[in-house]
Amino acid sequence: MNDPAGAPALSEIAIKPLKHVNGAAHRWVAFIVMVAFFALAPTFIYPVFLMKVMCFALFACAFNLLLGYVGLLSFGHAMFLGIAGYAAAYVAKEGLNIEAIRLGTIHIPLNIALPPFTPELAILTGVLAAAILGYVAGLLAIRRQGIYFAMITLALAQMVYFFCLQAPFTGGEDGIQAVPRGKLFGVIDLSDVKAMYATVFVIFIGGFLVIFRIIHSPFGQVMKAIRENEPRATSLGYDTDRYKLIAFVLSATLAGLAGATNALVFQLAALNAVHWTMSGEVVLMTLVGGLGTVFGPVVGVLAVLGMENYLAQLGAWVTIVQGAIFVICVLTFRRGIVGELARWIKKPL
Amino acid sequence: MTDDYVLETRELTKEFKGFVAVNKVNLKVRRGTIHALIGPNGAGKTTCFNLLTQFLPPTRGRIFYKAKEITGSKPSAIARMGLVRSFQISAVFPHLSVLENVRLALQRKRGGSFDFWRSERILNALDDRARELIASVGLSEFEQTIAVELPYGRKRALEIATTLALDPEVMLLDEPTAGMTHEDVGRISALIRRVAQNRTVLMVEHNLSVVADLCDHITVLARGEILAEGDYATVSRNPEVVQAYMGKGYA
Ligand SMILES: Nc1ncnc2c1ncn2[C@@H]1O[C@H](COP(=O)(O)OP(=O)(O)O)[C@@H](O)[C@H]1O
Ligand SMILES: [Mg+2]
Repeated sequence: MNDPAGAPALSEIAIKPLKHVNGAAHRWVAFIVMVAFFALAPTFIYPVFLMKVMCFALFACAFNLLLGYVGLLSFGHAMFLGIAGYAAAYVAKEGLNIEAIRLGTIHIPLNIALPPFTPELAILTGVLAAAILGYVAGLLAIRRQGIYFAMITLALAQMVYFFCLQAPFTGGEDGIQAVPRGKLFGVIDLSDVKAMYATVFVIFIGGFLVIFRIIHSPFGQVMKAIRENEPRATSLGYDTDRYKLIAFVLSATLAGLAGATNALVFQLAALNAVHWTMSGEVVLMTLVGGLGTVFGPVVGVLAVLGMENYLAQLGAWVTIVQGAIFVICVLTFRRGIVGELARWIKKPL
Repeated sequence: MTDDYVLETRELTKEFKGFVAVNKVNLKVRRGTIHALIGPNGAGKTTCFNLLTQFLPPTRGRIFYKAKEITGSKPSAIARMGLVRSFQISAVFPHLSVLENVRLALQRKRGGSFDFWRSERILNALDDRARELIASVGLSEFEQTIAVELPYGRKRALEIATTLALDPEVMLLDEPTAGMTHEDVGRISALIRRVAQNRTVLMVEHNLSVVADLCDHITVLARGEILAEGDYATVSRNPEVVQAYMGKGYA
C-alpha cells in the first residue's frame, strides 16, 4: 500500500481498526474519563488554561472531522476560528448597528440598532459567520484535490487575515479588546470563572458529541468511503462534491463555535487566531493526538498546549522543541498518541 | 431498433494533449449480453470505460444509454441510472469491513445519505441484504474482515458484490480476473455468468479462455480504434486481430 515515491496516503496514517467492532464499551470508558477529567481538573489546574484547552480541542476535533474522516487537508482552518471570534467579540461588545446597505446605486435602509448581544447570541453570531465563510470557501476549494485543496484553503485564509487586519471594525493590530463576557441568557454572569468554565465545558462536550454523531451517521459512513476511495464512492452513485461541501461547512461551523467561545473566554479577538500559524498548529495537534480517531485531537491539544505552557520559560525555544517533538511523532508513532493506543488495544478510539 | 442496444457510442473520441487514445469508436452493446472489449495494452479500453461512465469527458462523440444521451452527465448520476463500473485496480474501501463495503452500496439506494444527525444504527436494517450478497460471492466467513486484509481474488469478489448491491442494469468490469490464481479465475467467471443472467455486462478481459467461455460478443480495440467485431470464432480468425496481438508480443 505504500507508494515508495510519495508520502503515505492519508488513510494510511489514519487509524486502521483490525476488526469491525460493534460494541463500543471502551469508547464510553474513554468518554467518561474525558468528561471526568475536564470536570475535576479545575481543582488542580489553572481553569483559564483548561478553558483554552477545551476551545482548541473542539477546534481540533472539527478539523479532524475533515482531515481524519473525509481525507481533506484544509490548511486554512484558522479563518473559521478567527472570523467567528471577531464576529462574536464585535456583537458582544458593540451590538449591531447597520443604518443601510449600499450596493452601487441601490440603497437599502435597514435601521438596525441592536444593543450588545448576550453571550449565547454572540456565540451564535460567530458560528453563523463561520458557517457562511465555510460555505463560500468550500464552494471554491472542494473541487480541487490533494495539495491544491490545501493551497486554496491557505490562500483564502490569507485573504481573511488581511481582511481582519484592514477592516474598520476588527481593530487592526490591536484586535477587539475588553470584550464583555456578559450574562448568559441574561441571567448567569460569566465574569464568574466557575460559570464561564461550566459554559465552556457544556459547549465543548456538546460539540464533541455532535462530531461523534456526525462520524457515526449514515453521512459519516459516506465521508469515510470518500476518504478511502473517492472514485469508487462516485461509481456507487454518490455525488462526492456535495458530501465534501457539507462536511466542510460542518467542520467550519464547529471550528467557529470553538473560536467564538474562545473569544469570550479571553475577552479578546485578535489576529493570531486568523494567522496561518494557527492553521498549522491545528494540523500539528491533530497529528500528535491521532488523526482519524475520535479522542486523538483532544489528547493532542492537551499535549501541545501543555507543552507550550510548561515550556514557556524557554522563550523562543518552545517552537523549536515543539517542532522536534512533531518530527519525532511523525517518525516514530505516526498514528499519534491515541492512534497507537487504539492499535495496541486493537479497538478504535 | 436502437432499443436492442442498451449502450451505444457514436464517433467517441478522446485525445490527451494531441495523443488520440480513443478514436471514433462506435460501440453497440446489446441488452442482456456479455460483451467483451479486448485488445493489446494501451489500446484504450480503460479510457473507453472512463468515457462511458463520464469519469473523463470525451473530446468528441456521443454516448447513449437506454436510448437517452448521457454525454456530459455527472459520473455519480450515471451510476444512479444503473450503469455501474468497476476499476482495473481493485476498488474497495480498504479500511472498512467487508460488510460495511457492501452496505455502502445498499445505503446509496436509500437516496441521499445527508442525514448527519442520525445514528448509523439505522443502517443495520441493510445488514441482512448485505449478508446475502456477501454469501453470493462466497465471502461469508470474511464478513467482519477489513477489506485491505483480503487476498487479491477475494477483493475482486467483494468489488463485484458491492457493485451487485446496486442491482445495476449494466455492469462494466475492467479486467476482473487480472492477476488472479487459477481457482479464483474460475470462481469469478462463474460468478459473472450467474450475475449476467438478468443484466448486461461489458467487460475488458485479457484471459481469452474466459472471453471464449463467457462472452456473446467481442469488440477488438487497437490503437484506439475498433479493429474487429463479432463472436469469438469470427474474431479469432481475423488476421488483423492475430497480427495486432502478435505484433505487441501479447502473452
Ligand atoms: N489520463 C491520461 N493522460 C494521458 N494519457 C493517458 C491517460 N489515460 C490513458 N492514457 C493513454 O491512453 C492510452 C490508452 O490507455 P488505456 O485506456 O489505459 O489502455 P488499456 O486499458 O486498453 O490498456 C495509453 O497510451 C495511455 O498511456
Ligand atoms: Mg486498462
